Amino acid sequence: MNHRAMNYLRHFLAVLLIAVGLAAPASAQLRVRVDEGNFKPTPIAIPDFQVTGTNSELARQIVEVVRSDLASTGLFDLQNPASFIQKDQTINAEPRFADWKIIRTEGLVVGAFEDLPDGKVAVSFRLWDIYGGELMRINGEPGRRLTTTPENWRRIAHKIADSIYTRLTGEDPYFDTRIVYIAETGPKTDRVKRLAIMDSDGANQQYLTSGRSTVLTPRFSPSAQEITYMSFEGGKPRVYLFNIETGRQELLGNFPGMTFAPRFSRDGQSVLLSQAQRGNTDIYIMNLRTRESSRLTDHPAIDTSPSMSPDGKSVVFNSDRGGSPQLYIMNTDGSQRACPSGGRDVACRITFGKGRYSTPVWSPRGDLIAFTKQEGGKFYIGVIGTDGKGERLLTEAYLDEGPDWSPNGRVIVYFREGRPGAPPQLYSVDLSGRNERRLVTQTDASDPAWSPLLQ
Amino acid sequence: MQTILKVTAAAVLLATGACASKPKPVEDTTPVEEVVTPPAEEVVVIKEDPVVESSIAAGSLEDFRVNVGERVYFDLDQYRLDSDDQAILQRQAAWLASYPNVRVLIAGNCDERGTREYNLALGERRANAVKEYLVSLGVSASRIDTVSYGKERPVVAGSDDQSWALNRNGWTQIVSGATS
Repeated sequence: MNHRAMNYLRHFLAVLLIAVGLAAPASAQLRVRVDEGNFKPTPIAIPDFQVTGTNSELARQIVEVVRSDLASTGLFDLQNPASFIQKDQTINAEPRFADWKIIRTEGLVVGAFEDLPDGKVAVSFRLWDIYGGELMRINGEPGRRLTTTPENWRRIAHKIADSIYTRLTGEDPYFDTRIVYIAETGPKTDRVKRLAIMDSDGANQQYLTSGRSTVLTPRFSPSAQEITYMSFEGGKPRVYLFNIETGRQELLGNFPGMTFAPRFSRDGQSVLLSQAQRGNTDIYIMNLRTRESSRLTDHPAIDTSPSMSPDGKSVVFNSDRGGSPQLYIMNTDGSQRACPSGGRDVACRITFGKGRYSTPVWSPRGDLIAFTKQEGGKFYIGVIGTDGKGERLLTEAYLDEGPDWSPNGRVIVYFREGRPGAPPQLYSVDLSGRNERRLVTQTDASDPAWSPLLQ
Repeated sequence: MQTILKVTAAAVLLATGACASKPKPVEDTTPVEEVVTPPAEEVVVIKEDPVVESSIAAGSLEDFRVNVGERVYFDLDQYRLDSDDQAILQRQAAWLASYPNVRVLIAGNCDERGTREYNLALGERRANAVKEYLVSLGVSASRIDTVSYGKERPVVAGSDDQSWALNRNGWTQIVSGATS
């Protein structure tokens, strides 16, 4: 090849590179869309971690949990390790991108596991964008290294999965969380209901109460240290606080009537609840420090299931003041608000569809309200905008009830009786409604509530 | 328990007349031959048979259950007491007047086709409706406690219209003061 031809080729290659660059400006970094209309899970590969030391079994279990967490989102297609071409991948070396492109991997997680001299374990990982041909930095660092005692291995795994999920989707994490629920046993006419807790993926199931008293509707405090719930302890339905660390149960308030439907305010300083007295149910808020309570609704209709907005200014609740159970929003300070349907009122109705709406729960992101809808012999879990617009039903069954949000507001957990007489079981669904999954529990289960991200 | 409830329901039907405005639930979750409604004469025989009567002590829990009726049944989503319900409660009030040491707990119950928290509120409305009616008939409010079990304590386990109708009830339970 002569000099002129070489120059020509160089020039051609330069133009080609620019053209390629222009053709794919956005593909510079791998990004997984969580709300894409025409959806296809993104292929990612997580080879077994390199192991330094003797604990290769623990290393393998950690990788399994990371894979399982990411697969559970429905956003990722976890590729079969048997199909991997490059087998000698190490954490510090650049992967052979071509090898991973052959099997169409878009994201590659490479990890290393070490036994430390002090008995702890350390896990390091890096995330590669195969088609972008580059390392994806996490919080400005090339990768992350997490150290813990071996008993805490599941939390390490969830934190790794959270990092990868957040880096690829731009959404806040939610795997390193727990779910509290009601474990049910015995015949329907003599049901035993116990408070139970588990990791977000169903591991580490524990019972927190004996089952001597029926307990219902547990909800986490924003610190994830306390649970508020209703118990029939002493024969009367009343709201209690439960400390997870100490196991101590404490009656909340000194209400003359029965109290139920508790839920923490977003700042954790108060609990919203319902009191029923002389045939009328209204909503109250109790300050947990002063133990003073004040009344938020005063109406002859049933007002229950309050849930506060993330900014604390509004409360969505369930009321049958319009003739059937529907969702309403009020200002926490009791002032009048401009209703989306026109006019001003102390409580604005936001559901006008056919059917009965109940159990509203304000999304941690503030934009949506999840609810249970009942219509035509079916139950649905759905979401609606705070302005009453954009209602979407995500699930449908004989009974679907009691939604609660993952802390990042992308996933909803609820319980289902799939057909008449079927036992209640826990399910989750993402906001697209595509990814519905059962959360397996040791017993029948109901009333799930999601914790905030653990510290 | 099952048999007693059955007889009670049948007696209630008879007492309130066959031409009730709404179909009243009947406890019949047992096998086929049991489901057949007994002829009216048969029930009358049970009611009037001195042998059966004598086995139930006046003022006992049994007396209240069998001869008065401990439950009223509500329509879907309702807490209104119709004339059938009122007739049962009038008998309860008369019985309570005869046994002034008796204290009762009225439980409000709902069927499974509602959400948990709303049903706790609805059950309280139902229990209170029963209490207020008894009080209006002269029963002292201090003798009556109320509780709502929402949908937590179904009488029968079925998932059909008949079972739901049975599970929507106000249940007057004697707490103390009955003869044994």
